[in-house]
Amino acid sequence: MMIVDDSRIIRQKIERECDQSIFNVVGSAINGEHAISLFKEISPDVVTMDLTMPNLDGIGCIKGLVKLDPSCKILVISALNDKATGMEALEAGAMGFVTKPFSALELQEALREIIED
Amino acid sequence: MKEENLKALIDCIVNYFAHTNDPTVKVGTPYLINAINEISADYTGTIAISGAYKGACHFTAPSALLRHLILSIGESDTSEMMMEDAVGEVANTLSGNARRELGHDFIISTPKITKGTPQDLNKQAKGRIYAIPINWKSYKASLGIHLS
Repeated sequence: MMIVDDSRIIRQKIERECDQSIFNVVGSAINGEHAISLFKEISPDVVTMDLTMPNLDGIGCIKGLVKLDPSCKILVISALNDKATGMEALEAGAMGFVTKPFSALELQEALREIIED
Repeated sequence: MKEENLKALIDCIVNYFAHTNDPTVKVGTPYLINAINEISADYTGTIAISGAYKGACHFTAPSALLRHLILSIGESDTSEMMMEDAVGEVANTLSGNARRELGHDFIISTPKITKGTPQDLNKQAKGRIYAIPINWKSYKASLGIHLS
């Protein structure tokens, strides 16, 4: 799994709270550009994606990752909780959405849903 | 700025702290201030607002609150870098969550962090500036907001 978020606290929270018996965090990126470059190196099966980031936002990054690997499973984790943003992320290629702030249980359930999909 | 905008932000504050290990937060009545530096604490995370609204949201908090907040989410590193990260992430989350009520055209920037009194922010603030007092544990923080 690769974690994309410009906040170190959130990257570490996701790594700590995802179910580590299922997910192995192989890389973390601090913005969209960094994520695309890291994705080419490590080819993760699952990506958690923030939306509001400098140097390529989450929607642009999702589109870029889907072009590189259409089978990649992307879970958006963002504070932007309006319906239109959720729809935009799903149309770009994300498979699920978790709203910040989130609990460990919400994260684990959302990750399990996207890998079972 | 309308009363329902302030209500939406208060709901976001309550929801944010409900996800910490101490969900008891007291949010005071919003009041008008003349400048952001009237409420600024040790660290301030500023989110610029554009789109249908113009303005900014400022979450400002003392180091002690941020240190406690970081520990409450299970992180042991409470260095200055992490406190800057935390104040920015809270500002981002509160502003982002406000979109449920304020809509897709409430466009938020990435956070800008300032340590100490952010003098330059006063020049950017136009129109009425509201301060929403936040009491969490024994600490006092504020959300400052100006929108047109």
